[in-house]
Amino acid sequence: MERFNANGGPVQSNDATPVLELKGVSKSFGAVIALRTADLALYANSIHAVVGENGAGKSTLVKIMAGLYQRDAGTFTLDGKPVDFRTTAEAKAAGIAVIYQEPTLFPDLSVTENVFMGRQPTGRFGRIDKAAMRAEVIGLMERLGVRIDPDRPAEGLSIADQQIIEIAKAISLDARVLIMDEPTAALSGVEVDRLFAVARSLRDEGRALMFISHRFDEVFALCDTVTVMRDGTYISTDAIVDTSVPEIVRRMVGRDVNELFPKQVAAVGRPLLEVTNLSQPGVFHDISFTVCAGEIVALAGLVGAGRSEVARAIFGVDPYASGTVTVDGKRLAGRSPSIAMKAGVALVPEDRRKQGLVVDATVSSNITDAIRDTLTRLGLVTVRRENSEAQVWASKLEVKTAALDSVVGTLSGGNQQKVVLAKWLAANPKVLIIDEPTRGIDVGTKSEVHRMMSELAGIGLAILMISSELPEVLGMADRVLVMREGHLTATIDRAEATAENVMFAATHASEEVA
Amino acid sequence: MSVATATPVRVSLGSRVWSLVSSRETGIFLALALVVIATTIKNPEFLFSSDGWRDLLLTPSIVAVVAIGQAVVIITRSVDLSVGSIVGLSAYLVGTLFVAFPGFPVPLMFGVGIAFGALLGLVNGALIAFGKVPAMVITLGTLYAFRGINVAWTGSNRINASDMPDDFLNLGTQQILSIPVLTIIALVILIVVAWYMANTRGGREFYAIGSDPDAAELYGLAKTKRVLIAFVASGAASGLGGVLFAARYGTINSQVGDGFELQAIGAAVIGGVAIVGGSGTVLGAVFGAYLLLTINRCLPILGIPDFWQRAVTGALIIGAIILDRVLANRQAKRLVAERDAA
Amino acid sequence: MTSLTAATPAPTRTYADHGRPAWRRLLLTREMAIIFLLIVVLAVASVVVPKFATPVTMGYLLFDITPLLFIALAMAPVMITGDIDLSVGSMVGLSSVTVGLCSQAGLGIPVAMLVALLVGAVGGAVNGLLITRIGLPALAVTIGTLALYRGIAVGLLGTTAITTFDKWWTTLIKSKIGTTGVPTVMILFVVLLAAFTIMLHFTPFGRGVFAIGLSKDAAVFSGVNAERTRLILFVLSGLMAALAGIYYALYYTSARGDNATGMELQVIAAVVLGGVSVFGGRGALHGVIAGVLLIGVLSKALQLVNITSDVVSIITGVLLVLSVMAGSVMNWVQSRRVRPAPASTPTKTS
Repeated sequence: MERFNANGGPVQSNDATPVLELKGVSKSFGAVIALRTADLALYANSIHAVVGENGAGKSTLVKIMAGLYQRDAGTFTLDGKPVDFRTTAEAKAAGIAVIYQEPTLFPDLSVTENVFMGRQPTGRFGRIDKAAMRAEVIGLMERLGVRIDPDRPAEGLSIADQQIIEIAKAISLDARVLIMDEPTAALSGVEVDRLFAVARSLRDEGRALMFISHRFDEVFALCDTVTVMRDGTYISTDAIVDTSVPEIVRRMVGRDVNELFPKQVAAVGRPLLEVTNLSQPGVFHDISFTVCAGEIVALAGLVGAGRSEVARAIFGVDPYASGTVTVDGKRLAGRSPSIAMKAGVALVPEDRRKQGLVVDATVSSNITDAIRDTLTRLGLVTVRRENSEAQVWASKLEVKTAALDSVVGTLSGGNQQKVVLAKWLAANPKVLIIDEPTRGIDVGTKSEVHRMMSELAGIGLAILMISSELPEVLGMADRVLVMREGHLTATIDRAEATAENVMFAATHASEEVA
Repeated sequence: MSVATATPVRVSLGSRVWSLVSSRETGIFLALALVVIATTIKNPEFLFSSDGWRDLLLTPSIVAVVAIGQAVVIITRSVDLSVGSIVGLSAYLVGTLFVAFPGFPVPLMFGVGIAFGALLGLVNGALIAFGKVPAMVITLGTLYAFRGINVAWTGSNRINASDMPDDFLNLGTQQILSIPVLTIIALVILIVVAWYMANTRGGREFYAIGSDPDAAELYGLAKTKRVLIAFVASGAASGLGGVLFAARYGTINSQVGDGFELQAIGAAVIGGVAIVGGSGTVLGAVFGAYLLLTINRCLPILGIPDFWQRAVTGALIIGAIILDRVLANRQAKRLVAERDAA
Repeated sequence: MTSLTAATPAPTRTYADHGRPAWRRLLLTREMAIIFLLIVVLAVASVVVPKFATPVTMGYLLFDITPLLFIALAMAPVMITGDIDLSVGSMVGLSSVTVGLCSQAGLGIPVAMLVALLVGAVGGAVNGLLITRIGLPALAVTIGTLALYRGIAVGLLGTTAITTFDKWWTTLIKSKIGTTGVPTVMILFVVLLAAFTIMLHFTPFGRGVFAIGLSKDAAVFSGVNAERTRLILFVLSGLMAALAGIYYALYYTSARGDNATGMELQVIAAVVLGGVSVFGGRGALHGVIAGVLLIGVLSKALQLVNITSDVVSIITGVLLVLSVMAGSVMNWVQSRRVRPAPASTPTKTS
């Protein structure tokens, strides 16, 4: 039976030997089972998607293929021959390249050195042939259709450019298998298109590609086949044309998920957050909007539009040159997180592990981080007082943890987000700014977070939600503000908001938007 | 997506010259030249007397050699506080051997000093690379331990110049083509190490490890091996420094090398080696050593009592790192602006 | 806390306060290990070394380590935030020179002390501003100020030393409490120790210190003013070093430019021995005090049996290495327990 991929081209038939195959692979870390049994087959000339919730085992699978971990059981073959990689260097030598979501380049070294680190072409006495290296990098850049100065340091490159360099590395390694782990999370629409074009041309050259993503629209646009994993177990593999998003989601979650985004209707009260003409040269310009009690206002747009910067400026972490922020009728007197907090603003930041939590500290300490000044008696605070407060909030949010003094870094992504939320809810804010509320969280906890946000709006909080996931934006928001390259291009009410007009506003200048 | 203008395959001569002229190393060299010129104007004897030129090149060469090793360590984002103690132990070993075996061949003695220093550096490197413990603490510990061993070994003795063979001591002041022998040795070491750091895979790996240690591990770079080699190299350089000290001064007590670690680190920092690793050159470190030590000798001539030496050193170091920060900020702004414009 | 508390669901679970039993939490810490070691060394020394366990000896021991104790109090929080201050030894010198010069100028000891403390605060502020406002790395800056402050101290006095001070003050510094042999300055130390302990372990400011050491970004996002906190800690470090310098000048009745050369390394060694991690984020004052006492006891005990100071150096060095190695080994052991050795032999296919 002839099968066709998303572009109408033929899909490799299953009779050919897969380039890379994993069968029955399992991996545990002490008591934690990361992979129960995983199957995967990657064929040449195809792009294979792997989807699953957080904790499904996808990244463990990738690390086994990359040579970072060794599997406990199961078979791993390349071209039908069993392999066993003890180091990442061995995997690379065998032709497996991984592009991670956050590229790891050496900031002080040039682009050219980054592409060739560890494998520089050498001449006599081990002398690096710099001219040859440079010429090859230029050739690679031309091939990939990008303009990056090969002599510049890698520092300061955009994430999209860094990923292109990682791909250049993989090509110069002549990688036969290219694994892309959530590559589009930090890319804008134009950059995503560029990445896809490159991926397709690599596929057509005969390489085998693997694409991990939470964004189903991209999976369905780019990939030929899709594997679903759940709880460390292989569930299914299908050709993209044979399946649909609801079907995939059902297999990922194991149950029907309706009401993913239950936003209740809430009474709209007085304005709690008024931002007027907020500007920071080079970052955002003339941003003005209002969020009233009971409202959830979404701030949509592509990555790099400046949304997180606006949020951080309101909270006082990032600077702004002009404009005012008014909370519940009172102008914020200065620009610091403690002033914003005293006025009743809370910010759940984008980077949970680096900004939202002190990862190496305890659950109790993290939950009380924002309210410690209120816990003091005569200026002194004790662990006992912290614990009794943390007890209340951890259980309200149903955080799953062994004890209050467990290190927060050992909790799952969803529970970590709950701790962050607990911290800020304990501070009794009037305005809650939440940046990417459900990034990196499993579908079940996602739903809980949305429900919580809806309830908070119901009791009178003003919520500003920054999100890059259109379904979340459309489902949760009373109003959608769209930003593009530092400017507010549109304000769309819930009733009129559609994926198309939000996307349009995110990619066109405000003069062009109706 | 098409490429608007193709990137030239060869780096233009113009941009090569510009990057040379605007480099930190050139700046330090110019500063050094300025100081020497100013001092010589005040007192022509400084440069033009029989010893003047010799001392200008000779005195800083010992710290310069130690600074070369220290620079390699700092580039890998580490630090070696024990170099002064290694210099002292090595110098005392050299003296003791010469006293016991007056006919000991001089070239072999160089080898002994270097090997001994390398061995001590290996102790540091093994603990740090395999133990995954902070280098500052380990080398602080070996600073104490090695110095203590030195003092215990020396007891109340002291090696005097008269105890050392003449041909060894002569090396300390001899010149070839009016360049002191010890400076030539330092120069040779500099050329070898600088070439290695700029032109071999191993050398570039030091920079990678210092630039981003996590990326280096993810990459599969042999981080443990490189860190080990860096500390062995630093130890070897310090060992050589001890031999040079013995040849130059002849008198060796238990305090030789005291404070060298701060001078070496200061020299590297002034010379453009970032304390966080990943950038800078050994050439810069050597220039930094020359600038640091020469300024100290120039101060009295320029009318500043030499009691203020340390203060000037401190001001230089602080000035250098402030300069680094200002330049780095400017570069970051420039790169981001370029990216946004593209 | 009212509206949210009422509106959100009632708490349903209870959590244990602690994941491990109390004895493990309290006894299996770095600090207890060093305290234990200190007790052992004290016990052995009391038995083996003649005249060790006498008030006179204990008194001299405390007199010797007083500067270290003062400086360590402020060095610990600095290192817990992940910074370091290498300029403290030089500040001791500069401060004692200041006391000497003021005393020589006839200003009287109390004024001299105030001026010296001011110098310490300014020096600490210079460090703090360069590090927080301009964003320079602490190691490099304090190496620079180490040279700068020492240079100013030596520059001001040259090779001379000032050795005459108001007798009332020098007698006070050298006095002891009754017949106990405990120096009177220990009263001041105990007061300062209490203040620092409260600040570090029982105030929001102190929690902020640990947070900055563990994750500066997250601390800032929780409202901690990281720049102000670090600046304050460096000023405190300068102040305590100045205090040590005042003590040094008056106790040894000698103000010299090169007083306390190398003291910074001794303090850092004691603080690290006491359980503070160079990487920041962990440590406690009782361990730090034990670290200083340990070095002091070892030095004094060995001195009394005529073993020279170089042996103390060797022992200090080895102890330092062992203490960080022990931490590293413990981490390694823990990680092996969580992760069994990887097996790549395929067993069965699923």
